[in-house]
Amino acid sequence: MMDLLASLPVLSIIIFLPAVGALVIIFAAGKDDDDFVRWLALGFSLAVCVISLYLPLTFDYNNPDLQWVERAVWSERLGIGYFLGVDGISLLLVLLTTFTAVVCVLASWADIRFKLRGYMAMLLLTETFSLGVFMAVDMFLFYVFWEAVLIPMVFIIGIWGGNRRLYSAIKFFLFTFLGSLFMLLGVIALYFYHGKATGVYTFDSTVLLNYALPADAQFWIFIAFFLGFAVKVPLFPLHTWLPDAHTEAPTAGSIVLAAVLLKLGTYGFLRFSLPLLPDASATLAPVMTAVSIFAVIYGALVTLAQKDMKKVVAYSSVSHMGFVMLGIFALNAEGLKGGVLQMINHGISTGALFLFVGMIYERTHDRVIGSYSGLLKIMPFYGVCFLITVLSSMGLPVTNGFIGELFILIGAFKAYYLYAVFAVVGVLLGAVYLLWMYQRVFLGEFSYSGHEPLKDLCVREKLTALAFVILIFWIGLYPAPFLRVMDASLNKLVKTVEHKTSVSKGGSVSAVMIR
Amino acid sequence: MVIHSLKPLIVLGVAAAAAVLILLSRKRPNTREFWSILAGAVNFFIVLSMAPDVLAGNTLEIVLMSFAPGLSMTLRVDALGLMFALTASFLWILTTIYSIGYMRSLNEHAQTRYFACFAGAVSATMGAAFAGNLLALYLFYELITMITYPLVSHKDTPEAYAGGKKYITYLLGTSKLFLLPAVVLTYVIAGTLEFSRTGILHGGDPVLLTVVYALFIAGFAKAAIMPLHNWLPSAMVAPTPVSALLHAVAVVKVGVFSILRVILYVFGTGTLKALGLGMVTAYVVSFTIITASVIALTKDNLKARLAYSTISQLSYIVLGAALLTPSGITGGVIHITNHAFAKITLFFCAGSIYAVAHKSNISEMSGIGRKLPWTMVAFSIAVLGMIGAPPAGGFATKWYIAVGTMEAGSMVILLVLLASTVLNAAYFLPIVYTAFFRESQEARGHHGHGDELHHDAHHEDIKENPYIAVPLVISAIGSLALGFYPDVLLSFIRGIL
Repeated sequence: MMDLLASLPVLSIIIFLPAVGALVIIFAAGKDDDDFVRWLALGFSLAVCVISLYLPLTFDYNNPDLQWVERAVWSERLGIGYFLGVDGISLLLVLLTTFTAVVCVLASWADIRFKLRGYMAMLLLTETFSLGVFMAVDMFLFYVFWEAVLIPMVFIIGIWGGNRRLYSAIKFFLFTFLGSLFMLLGVIALYFYHGKATGVYTFDSTVLLNYALPADAQFWIFIAFFLGFAVKVPLFPLHTWLPDAHTEAPTAGSIVLAAVLLKLGTYGFLRFSLPLLPDASATLAPVMTAVSIFAVIYGALVTLAQKDMKKVVAYSSVSHMGFVMLGIFALNAEGLKGGVLQMINHGISTGALFLFVGMIYERTHDRVIGSYSGLLKIMPFYGVCFLITVLSSMGLPVTNGFIGELFILIGAFKAYYLYAVFAVVGVLLGAVYLLWMYQRVFLGEFSYSGHEPLKDLCVREKLTALAFVILIFWIGLYPAPFLRVMDASLNKLVKTVEHKTSVSKGGSVSAVMIR
Repeated sequence: MVIHSLKPLIVLGVAAAAAVLILLSRKRPNTREFWSILAGAVNFFIVLSMAPDVLAGNTLEIVLMSFAPGLSMTLRVDALGLMFALTASFLWILTTIYSIGYMRSLNEHAQTRYFACFAGAVSATMGAAFAGNLLALYLFYELITMITYPLVSHKDTPEAYAGGKKYITYLLGTSKLFLLPAVVLTYVIAGTLEFSRTGILHGGDPVLLTVVYALFIAGFAKAAIMPLHNWLPSAMVAPTPVSALLHAVAVVKVGVFSILRVILYVFGTGTLKALGLGMVTAYVVSFTIITASVIALTKDNLKARLAYSTISQLSYIVLGAALLTPSGITGGVIHITNHAFAKITLFFCAGSIYAVAHKSNISEMSGIGRKLPWTMVAFSIAVLGMIGAPPAGGFATKWYIAVGTMEAGSMVILLVLLASTVLNAAYFLPIVYTAFFRESQEARGHHGHGDELHHDAHHEDIKENPYIAVPLVISAIGSLALGFYPDVLLSFIRGIL
């Protein structure tokens, strides 16, 4: 039995099961069979989520390398392979994605009122392609999945979005697509550099890893990758698509955007920029750190000025993702650990915040902070869950946000004292805008400017909310298993970066910079 | 010797469980209050049961989890933490009984939320007392801030919200802006966050160490050292039992307790002496002692006067430790408990006067001592403790700190000590005088107009509430007992020095 299980291509199953679900929904369900479509979508996303739990159960914690590897030749002549694998860095992101998909289906249950079949299919396709990005080892395959994610997402925003949906969808598409083109250039450059030097033309990143690129080539390829990845993160000044896309997208679209799609960018830096371009990463680390910290503070300041709850959450993402980048480019074990954990944490907290904002929007079609006051009295369950999420997002101890933030700060202070001081200001501002919003909306005497009835959450909504709350406290109170998953892989990554920089530069300048 | 023990975790768990049980029995007030009292009693006895081991020089320890080398969640009970925990858990029992009388006689709303948050706050305070390293201390420190916010804003009025907002802004702002980087920097420099009797920050760039020290002192704004004291007077909008336990014992003492931890267990007296930071700290807190006392003189509202007195007295504790001499440290540490008993009595009395006589300004309290004899006698005893006059516990504090200033060779600090004693007397004794020796307004009215009926009606209104009077008498007796038996506290000192 176990042999049979082990021989199954589990990663491919996880990737493509949602796509199968999308096809089933489109072909098997009738046009007005909305309930059937909902249950089908829930069934498939749940199935994927459960199957993905097979990964942490069989994960070898001491093995820093890729596990459950699947490879097949795609184009021998071009050196493209269908090459999948998951290691300690991507495992948690895969789980986050499969979890988010279930939440998204539940969040769309009553939210989407037309063309439900197409919508659910798009949602499941987004899941497939995102999972593909997190599992692809071959850089060409990575790029294919990376671009593919765009398509269903653009549809979700453009068809089921708010009033300015078309503008937002096109802006989102143009920004990310242009960024990706630069990334593709970088990938191709890498491919030819390696091919010329070794005679082996391949997109296999595990092979490319063994070759030390000349420093100037690394620099330019880093810039190309940066343009592709940083748009997705998003880093200032490439972030302007994000608030528009978030505010116009339907609730589930915002959740998947925040929880999964933004992670693609930071994951790209971790998976490719750092190990393939270690010299450039080390040389540019101070610049990246400065940019990240600027994003942290800029994002927080802009958030403070927002009047729309969804915009508050959207801009807070800019700040929080800046924090993740800060951890990654500290280039030490603590910072990287904090960065990866914070990717998960941000997915959970911001996903939950979008979910909660969506819940109130579904009731009143009003997201303006000033319209509400004293909601806690009318919707206590909702109010408490919202509070827990706010506290997690601002990094209160015992919630998940704290652990990630602490590791990032340790990493950042180890790397650069002075920069990190500014990051602390970002931490403070993060508490300010979230608590301020909470205070205005939930505390005080109840009042609401509209006249729609405000009811507390229904059972489906309660379950969705509780799933997030449980995760928040689980990681907050017992983060050990989450940290242990990534330990081996991250240690290897740190060693790779240190080793390669010290070899190529004789261990002088860049090795010092990593310290 | 290190003894592995579950007891510290149980103490936290009992109070946290009480919070849950309180929420569950919100429909039955008597059951609800029973949980508070039961948890208080159980907690106190578990804490007490650790005393023999700790006084024998052992520490009780439990490692909850470990994230990285030198980075763990550890609860460790040593003499300093145990003394604080004993004080807080004992006074929690008194405060619970007092709260029942106070909240019910004023018919306060949201009593379930109140008692639940109270239990939660005690749980987190125990956590801070037992924190074995800076990470755990930081964690519980932040939790206390969040969980006491509903208590400060309890009345749900604009004034209460304004007070609560200030509370959160000061406490959370300083902890995020100063404390968190201080903790992180300590880890980066020392490679560990575990407390040690000899300190963990040895050597290193003196400028950096000074910065870290300043971040710590500014980060623990719960200690209300000026200029970060302003949240405390604003927090007085809370119901009086909250001001009593939290803003005289638990919350503010966690602030000074944390500073003592940093001075004695993170830096260590040796490092601080080498950096010359002890005397600087002493001067900073001396400023607070004198200024807060002068402001207290100007306040007619009794709780406001008590709040400024607290600010001044908290700095005594820091002052003692900052002298970095054995006697100074002794004086500072025992003042945690001495001040706790005396100040909680004073707040209890203020609440008693408010709950039964509905008076909150000192100028209205003429003759109140004859109507509320128990309250005002207890008040007078506590005042002795505040001034530091024998036989109250405060005397031992003053004595040791005074000796400490001699050891440190600082005449200036000694003068500060004397001046503040005079100031303490100047703002407390008039209250006692007003209460006992000034004729009440009604009585004066009676002499003037001969309106006997009116007088009697008032007289009957005001009667002491036993739920309120008994706890405050007990705490006053406690304050006296600490003066008569200073050895109780001094026995803990052996484990600290």
